[in-house]
Amino acid sequence: MGSGGDHRRGDLTATPVVEAARPELEKAARKAESRRGVLIALPAWAYLVVFFAMPLGIVFVYSFATRSSTGRTRLADWNLDAYRRLFDPLVFEIFRRSLLLALATTVICLLVSYPFAYYIATRGPRLRNVLLVMVMLPFWSNFLVRTYAWKVLLGSEGPISQLSQALGGEPIRLLFTNTAVLIGLVYGFLPFMVLPLYAALERMDWSLVEAARDLYATGWTAFRKVTWPLSRPGVIAGSILVFIPALGAYVTPAILGGARTTLMGDYIVSQFLAARNQPFGSALSFGIMVVMLAGTIVYFRTGARNV
Amino acid sequence: MNLAGVRPKSPTERLLAANAWVVYAFFYAPILVLIVFSFNANNNVGIWTEPSLRWYRDVLSNDAVLSAIKVSLIVAFVSTVVSTILGTMTALSLERFRYRGQRAFDGLVYLPIIIPDVTMAVMLLLFFAQGFQWLDAAIGWRPSFGIGTISLSHIAFNISFVAVVVRARLGQMDPGLEEAAADLYATRWQTFRRVTLPLIAPGVAGGALLALTLSLDDVVITSFVAGPGATTLPVYVFGLVRRGVTPLINAVSTLMLVASMLLVAISLGFQRSSRSRVTALGDDRE
Repeated sequence: MGSGGDHRRGDLTATPVVEAARPELEKAARKAESRRGVLIALPAWAYLVVFFAMPLGIVFVYSFATRSSTGRTRLADWNLDAYRRLFDPLVFEIFRRSLLLALATTVICLLVSYPFAYYIATRGPRLRNVLLVMVMLPFWSNFLVRTYAWKVLLGSEGPISQLSQALGGEPIRLLFTNTAVLIGLVYGFLPFMVLPLYAALERMDWSLVEAARDLYATGWTAFRKVTWPLSRPGVIAGSILVFIPALGAYVTPAILGGARTTLMGDYIVSQFLAARNQPFGSALSFGIMVVMLAGTIVYFRTGARNV
Repeated sequence: MNLAGVRPKSPTERLLAANAWVVYAFFYAPILVLIVFSFNANNNVGIWTEPSLRWYRDVLSNDAVLSAIKVSLIVAFVSTVVSTILGTMTALSLERFRYRGQRAFDGLVYLPIIIPDVTMAVMLLLFFAQGFQWLDAAIGWRPSFGIGTISLSHIAFNISFVAVVVRARLGQMDPGLEEAAADLYATRWQTFRRVTLPLIAPGVAGGALLALTLSLDDVVITSFVAGPGATTLPVYVFGLVRRGVTPLINAVSTLMLVASMLLVAISLGFQRSSRSRVTALGDDRE
């Protein structure tokens, strides 16, 4: 500060008093500014602490509580029983089934969406916008209604089965199977994959592909070495956006799945409604959340390294 | 950009186009079937007899449906207004200020988006049940589950979504404009009111629309925190759907589809008009 003041000695504003006070003033201004930021955040912060952080804390606490013989939760005799039950073969089987279904949903969505998003991204600007709105339109309509539509379609008396019978075939019974749940999940979450993929492909520098082609790369090689790596962020974002809700899905399996296709979401809900085992249900929901967060972080880390 | 125009149509190009049409058919066929069968006179969903508005008359004279619609609209309105205000403040605070504990707050804001619906539903159920029990013990007042708990829960997940949308808009904005206003002796509030707010308005509108949609869409969380007296339309329909397929559900579903399409149309119109307003401003200057 001292040497900085030397050449400004002739300047009227740079009197020694002001010079000395400046760091203090700046500090005070910065303080006031950050206080203002805290003040603006305060209402939302308070709301999220009360209606999000505290509920999360309560679930955590409940997961260590005991269940009395009548199904009530006693906040005493803290124990790890609920967590021990997570390693029960039955729970493991349900988790494995949910995980496989979520993975299958993600992979199918990716395989279908990539060429689809590629097609949209390579159209002219006007057509591109129309095509995008056509993707968004069903996406904005109610998820429950869209899932219900498949119940109508897949039922034993539904149009698909009728059509098959009219053509002299067997009645098709897909409803209440894992296949039906898979179809419903893909249908429900496909736009989550299409949109990030489209965003990544659309802002890609296509002259790089041209350059690869000019250097005698085949179409496939150019795709593998240029387009695919450049669209990786979209692939990662889309996969996470599909995988997470698919793993915790409740509505789709409840409508399209059968009694023998219990999934994680269904199982958790049943602990609170039918089985009345709140500590175990709490441990389950906490466990699935940790798995999801961990999965997301690992996926982001490895993805970021490879891009 | 447009490779299609450069080269003649290759087999790959044709395959891509075919795939796109199959995907669009996949998107729209179920919805179309649902709409068509809602106008079917037959009791049996799968067999077409003749067109009729019978099920729509049934829906509009069904008290349970009408009261569920009322609850849905009240909850959607309250949660959208509150979460839009709180979410916009959150976005401003996270994007424009630096303070201690900011990163923790940032994390708290993102968590409700990442967390599975089922977990959130369980959390809020236990929270309200336990909280009401404590309230009863402390001051002898035991609130009941209903519109209040549903609205509070919807706000809890909507704040984050609004904050993310508004924040994206704020990030694109030129901070120089706010500094210019400050240099011209505008107060903080004036700067916000006259410069920042008009510029982020499309983001705020987008966030509000998202909040509205999510509120009208939610089944899982609402079904946990809804009381015996008050349920929203999706939760009511979910109850019916689990029992089976009926033409009445087709009619309700079609009405819900039409409502959400209208919302999208309004929002697209809104975006277009705000864009044309901006270009009109540009024309004035020229």
